Amino acid sequence: MTTDPILRLENVHKSFGETHVLKGVSLTIQPRDVVVLVGPSGTGKSTLLRCINLLSPPTQGKIWLEEQEITAPGVNQDKVRQRIGMVFQDFNLFTHLTALGNVMVGLTRVRKMNKKEAYDLAMLELDRVGLVDRADHYPAQLSGGQKQRVAIARALGMDPHVMLFDEPTSALDPELTGEVLEVMQQLGQEGMTMMVVSHEMGFARRVASRIVFMEGGYIVEEGPPDQMFDAPRNERTREFLNKISSFEDNGQGE
Amino acid sequence: MQEFLELLGNVVPSLLQGTVVTLQLAAVSLALGVAIGLPAGLGRVYGPRWLQRVIGVYITVFQGTPLLIQLFMVYYGLPDVGITFSRFAAAYLTLGLNSGAYQAEYLRGALQSVGEGQMTAARAIGMSKGQAIRSIILPQALRLVLPTWSNEAIAMLKYTAVVFLIAVPDLMGQAKIMAAKYFAPIAIYMIVAVFYLVLVGIAYLILRQVERRAQIPGLTGEVE
Amino acid sequence: MDILQNLLTTLEFIIQGLWITVWVTVVALVVGLVFGVLTALMRVYGNRFWRQVATVYSVVIRAVPVVVIIFILFFVIAEYVNLSPFLAGSLALGFASGAYQSEIFRGALQAVPAGQMTAARAIGMSKVQAIWSIVLPQALRLALPAWGNEATLVLKDSTLVFVVGVPEILRRTQQVSARTNEPFIAFGAAMLLYLGLTLLTTQFLGWVERRYRLQM
Repeated sequence: MTTDPILRLENVHKSFGETHVLKGVSLTIQPRDVVVLVGPSGTGKSTLLRCINLLSPPTQGKIWLEEQEITAPGVNQDKVRQRIGMVFQDFNLFTHLTALGNVMVGLTRVRKMNKKEAYDLAMLELDRVGLVDRADHYPAQLSGGQKQRVAIARALGMDPHVMLFDEPTSALDPELTGEVLEVMQQLGQEGMTMMVVSHEMGFARRVASRIVFMEGGYIVEEGPPDQMFDAPRNERTREFLNKISSFEDNGQGE
Repeated sequence: MQEFLELLGNVVPSLLQGTVVTLQLAAVSLALGVAIGLPAGLGRVYGPRWLQRVIGVYITVFQGTPLLIQLFMVYYGLPDVGITFSRFAAAYLTLGLNSGAYQAEYLRGALQSVGEGQMTAARAIGMSKGQAIRSIILPQALRLVLPTWSNEAIAMLKYTAVVFLIAVPDLMGQAKIMAAKYFAPIAIYMIVAVFYLVLVGIAYLILRQVERRAQIPGLTGEVE
Repeated sequence: MDILQNLLTTLEFIIQGLWITVWVTVVALVVGLVFGVLTALMRVYGNRFWRQVATVYSVVIRAVPVVVIIFILFFVIAEYVNLSPFLAGSLALGFASGAYQSEIFRGALQAVPAGQMTAARAIGMSKVQAIWSIVLPQALRLALPAWGNEATLVLKDSTLVFVVGVPEILRRTQQVSARTNEPFIAFGAAMLLYLGLTLLTTQFLGWVERRYRLQM
């Protein structure tokens, strides 16, 4: 490897009171990587994402974002989060703002742009997700897929170096997942570094540069999609991916 | 009938003067209530533990005792310990503090009913807690609390009717003077009731309009 | 020590008004309950005429300050019958509270699912029987939280009958303040007393609410 990693996790632990959710996760992510995190529910995938952008900082272990150790004491967490975009399962669009307002508010309040600059950039980001014509709609007037695309545009507006996706299509009706996955795939092709928690195996095969299988708070196995899907080394990985892939095949009748 | 019209001609000018005082009392006290209730509500939810407790005591005291006793405490009681207010100052202060306690409590409810995801999403795009409260949580909470606050505004219009007991010449104060002067208490208090009815009716229509304006498109259920 | 002594003597005097306050509140609440439930029933089940009568009552009375209602009724009552200030004041307060309670019970009646009425009629009850033994009992329970809130409001509003000369807590407080010339202590004591009273009432109402909550 000649490039420096964009994100590096070293022995990350996370506990909530008595519950030990992450039990020592180490992971290195290179620029332009698209990492899809898979595994049974409740194994700490979402927690891992929230540790990375410090929404719930790790209880132990270290994380580097580019050359900065963001888990070090005294780090400005708000500044760190600006460099890490996050997209949530249930969108979390700001209810009182239009689609445009949702993208602009971070630009004016956090990046301190003036109204004009913020407007132009926000429209550009909405265009990227194909929603310029919905700019003046409020969240309650948008479909689930549209909401999620606005949420992606909102995150992109902050000019993140890494994007985290926490089950971005789980709350969507099946016919709406496509538009969101398309936007994500396009992002990956443009070279955005992404970490995606998802059960969309088709997407993982097509877009991921690496699959990471997590279970019980540990990383069990990681590797390129071909290897993970076709020749996993670990028995648990094989079982899980078989089950979820066959479920998906049956479900969609492809 | 002739007699009644004559009485009406005699008392209406004074009652109109009283109405101006009543409106002034309600407006200033409400504004004071917002000025107190807004930071108190925020402090109750987001402040440090000790501040939450102090505000909690303030709310309990003002919600747990009658307005009239609060008014007498401020106007008659406090001079005893060296704090003296004019009639009007005492009225403004009591009504304002009383309203502030209720408004703080309503705001607390609204702040807490804004989903947790809103704060998380705001923090995720790099906002500080203060920024998130100011530009994401508070604007939503204020819209949620608006219907309750407009009820409070109407209630305030009616609450002001006790200040005549410390001789503030509001609508009710003028009524009392007129009732004694013309020996027609029933007729005069009926006329006053009609005055309040009209004031409250107008306030209701205006506030309804404001609520409608502040609605977030696509969200239903706030205003019928 | 002096202040404490003062406070105790003052409290002792004011407490004699406590029972009057409690009784004014209870009488007003019961009168208000009767007016409130009746007019709520009229608004939900009555014909056009009764519906309008009840609606005008609730809307008009709620738009006028309680103290104005008390004044009007006090003078109206005094014109025709010789009632004590206590009774006249309590009745007037109750008549005012009835308008607010009407609103509470109307909402509660409407919140009882329509299927309850249908089912009652289906087993052969008359409309009145169905209202009386099926819908109303459920509505009363649904109304409990809001009614409890109204009860504490009436408790606090009962100070208003002081204007017609009822010797409740506030009037006693004024008397003691005039006698001892220590208004701060007098009104402070009254506030403490009331605080205790409202906290106690809230606790009690919370208990009643938990006990009679409907499992739906």
